[in-house]
Amino acid sequence: MSTAPAYVVDDLVARDIDAYLDSHQHKTMLRFITCGSVDDGKSTLIGRLLYDSKMIFEDQLAALESDSRKQGTQGQEIDFALLVDGLAAEREQGITIDVAYRFFNTEKRKFIVADCPGHEQYTRNMVTGASTADLAVILIDARKGVLTQTRRHSYLCHLIGIRNIVLAVNKMDLVGYDQPTFDTIVADYAAFAQSIGIETFTALPISGFKGDNITARSANTPWYDGPTLVEHLETVEVLASVDADKPFRMPVQWVNRPHLDFRGFSGLIATGRVAVGDRVRVLPSGKTSAVTRIVTLDGDLQQAVAGQSVTLCFADEIDCSRGDVIAAAEQPPEAADQFEATLVWLDDAALRVGRGYWLKLGTQTVSATVQQPKYVVNVNTLEQLAAKTLDLNAIGVAELTTDRAIVFEPYADNRTLGGFILIDKLTNATVAAGMLHFSLRRAQNVHWQAVDVGREAHAALKEQKPAVLWFTGLSGSGKSTIANLVEKRLHALGRHTFLLDGDNVRHGLNKDLGFTEADRIENIRRVGEVAKLMTDAGLIVLTAFISPFRAEREMVRAMLPAGEFVEVFVDTPFAEAERRDVKGLYKKARAGLLKNFTGIDSPYERPEAPEVRIDTTVTTPEQAAEQIVDLLLRRA
Amino acid sequence: MSRLLDHYRLTHLQRLEAEAIHIMREVVAEADNPVMLYSVGKDSAVMLHLARKAFFPSPPPFPLLHVDTTWKFREMYRLRDRMAAESGMTLLVHQNPEAIERGINPFDHGALHTDLWKTEGLKQALDHYGFDAAFGGARRDEEKSRAKERIFSFRTATHGWDPKNQRPELWNLYNARKNKGESIRVFPISNWTELDIWQYIHLNDVPIVPLYFAAERPTVERDGMLLMVDDDRFRLLPGEEPVLRSIRFRTLGCYPLTGAVESRATTLPQVIQETLLTTTSERQGRAIDKDAGGAGMEVKKQQGYF
Repeated sequence: MSTAPAYVVDDLVARDIDAYLDSHQHKTMLRFITCGSVDDGKSTLIGRLLYDSKMIFEDQLAALESDSRKQGTQGQEIDFALLVDGLAAEREQGITIDVAYRFFNTEKRKFIVADCPGHEQYTRNMVTGASTADLAVILIDARKGVLTQTRRHSYLCHLIGIRNIVLAVNKMDLVGYDQPTFDTIVADYAAFAQSIGIETFTALPISGFKGDNITARSANTPWYDGPTLVEHLETVEVLASVDADKPFRMPVQWVNRPHLDFRGFSGLIATGRVAVGDRVRVLPSGKTSAVTRIVTLDGDLQQAVAGQSVTLCFADEIDCSRGDVIAAAEQPPEAADQFEATLVWLDDAALRVGRGYWLKLGTQTVSATVQQPKYVVNVNTLEQLAAKTLDLNAIGVAELTTDRAIVFEPYADNRTLGGFILIDKLTNATVAAGMLHFSLRRAQNVHWQAVDVGREAHAALKEQKPAVLWFTGLSGSGKSTIANLVEKRLHALGRHTFLLDGDNVRHGLNKDLGFTEADRIENIRRVGEVAKLMTDAGLIVLTAFISPFRAEREMVRAMLPAGEFVEVFVDTPFAEAERRDVKGLYKKARAGLLKNFTGIDSPYERPEAPEVRIDTTVTTPEQAAEQIVDLLLRRA
Repeated sequence: MSRLLDHYRLTHLQRLEAEAIHIMREVVAEADNPVMLYSVGKDSAVMLHLARKAFFPSPPPFPLLHVDTTWKFREMYRLRDRMAAESGMTLLVHQNPEAIERGINPFDHGALHTDLWKTEGLKQALDHYGFDAAFGGARRDEEKSRAKERIFSFRTATHGWDPKNQRPELWNLYNARKNKGESIRVFPISNWTELDIWQYIHLNDVPIVPLYFAAERPTVERDGMLLMVDDDRFRLLPGEEPVLRSIRFRTLGCYPLTGAVESRATTLPQVIQETLLTTTSERQGRAIDKDAGGAGMEVKKQQGYF
């Protein structure tokens, strides 16, 4: 049993710096998170680890001592928490509100600690911190035992796939280092852990404040014969070494092409290993080749392993670009476009079912829509509840559809090919973190049928360039009137056209849809798909829908080849549209007889850069139609 | 770095290197017009070396930007020009014309010197060239508010930073999307410590400014700091006489604002040895953090300081 701290900067530094550097050079790295309730002493514990590993300098210590007297909660003693609570606002509130990263070394390892906040509204920060962690330290106040927050944090860590859980029963000094207290907490936690699928965990009695069982065995807990916290952290297996034993996968980040004689594919190896001569397969194309070189600035490598950033060259000139995945030729991952996944919602604006979001997985970015959640999980009780959407900090399971197949593996097998984020297309905010479970059978079984007469052939026969003229604007703005005039003119010019009208479509194809936000999104999605089929058939399609949300109009634009979507904004001021009230709808809405009416209790998002804008207060429908036909013919 | 893989177990420096390279490649793949901010210090030196590794055999596909104050050490300018030539990258040097015109200098203008040359100068340069992503060599272990900064840090069109409105960063998935006018500061060596930087320089023979090593240099002692008299613009106070002392620098900036330490460390292992045994933290040599009390750096960052 050692009594000296295990990882002080030993006198080797002073005695033989070269030997010290040699040992430091060979250290491995462990990333872990600490989580606990607000007063469980996380910041104190981290402050203690930094302090004991001499990561605090004299001037910082002097500032700490003076801060401790001014703001500290530990009387005249040093308040380690002040050392790690960073931003000004939270220092005043005395709470940690974001993820902070800290660093310390021992003789064996370098550590990166993500300090995660404890309170409920910051689930998103905890998930963020946990996503890169090899291990989680769950802190429990020995006086309080297993709390709701303990359960929540443990569930989140397990959800993110952290296999090494440390239960640190803290503040043992405040319960007189009582073994039965410790044993009861461990038994309580074991029962809970088993219920959510945590197979093993390591429990330690500690005091971050007093330093018991942090770096040295404490004389205060003679009944405890396990490792100290630091000993444990120094010996657990890191994720990267587990990943090295899986099949080879490397998402391509960038194609390196300095001149015609060199073409390399750069990326970070996600799992497995690769050696010169290995057969590899590029997904999703499925083309195979052999690795001829593993190029680095320091000279070519013979082999490389998970966790290394490399550049690979192939024997054959096969297509390979950013977003593709290079994999072991005989053990390739699948590609699919429909999945079940767990989502953690990170944004103030709730999930909009059916809306298109960017989905980024590895180096692939695609458009994706989310179905109504199958259920959400109450993180406090772990009950599965029905839900229509996902709000900030909600965790739910839902099906997703992507606009093209992506290369993936279940998150449980591969964090890189199974973990993804969703990005709002307008605000660019990261709105969700997701973990893929599996692809849906219907995606596995439905394949694209190749056809011999394609969209070019259809268009060529009609001697025209297909397009979608997408009329958007308030109810009564004049969309249908103008669209009708445009179609008449095109028809007279011998063009093959079709007008999809909002009201007409709702009598048939979309008669199951109402006017809620979700239904409006689905309405537009279906119309977009129909319009797309019609352009495949070579038609010029005109659509007249209020289509109030920018995101859905952009979704349809993205479905079509570049240049085929022509957004026509029929710009009639709200007051003018209400004054005209051709169908008497504004009157009904004002009387409360129509819910979700655009402009009254549902928003209209104006187009930012429409191809055509018609100001109906100064342009007649005939002038507008002429202008649009001119534009269309000039394009063709 | 060692080419043999020790039972496929990567060392912490190999993992940090791979992470930084991955970050740089993501930025090049997703940003329209990236740039690397190059301050010529040791962190910049490591960042530049990592960039050369990331894109080898191509030169790094972005320029180097030096936001110059005209008051750097002469040896810094020499290394800057040499490294730009060796790396095959374009070097852009920006000096704030307003600061030139007003003759802003560290002797007469105090905090205004940093504000105009560095904070304003950086904003001007980014706006002028329309850079939408800028690599910086900041590390999370430098200072408390840095510990919470993301690797991809968003700035509004006016270069403001809102610590409460940062995007969550999960796994190694970075969201580099932004609206017109917005930009990103990217910190590829966020997770490196000062010791990691030194060790990496040592293992990879990364060229650094000789001022990091001890040598006899002309100095004066002022306000508890040892200042180096680097050229004849240094204003000596009555009674001050430059004295030759064996000194080196732990951090480099404008020479009249950068404190030296007395040292005999002339090799990297000796420098690392002194660093590990020392009891004063790195940024103390710079006057900038102390201006606004405990929250100094946080306030500066909200205003657009890097």
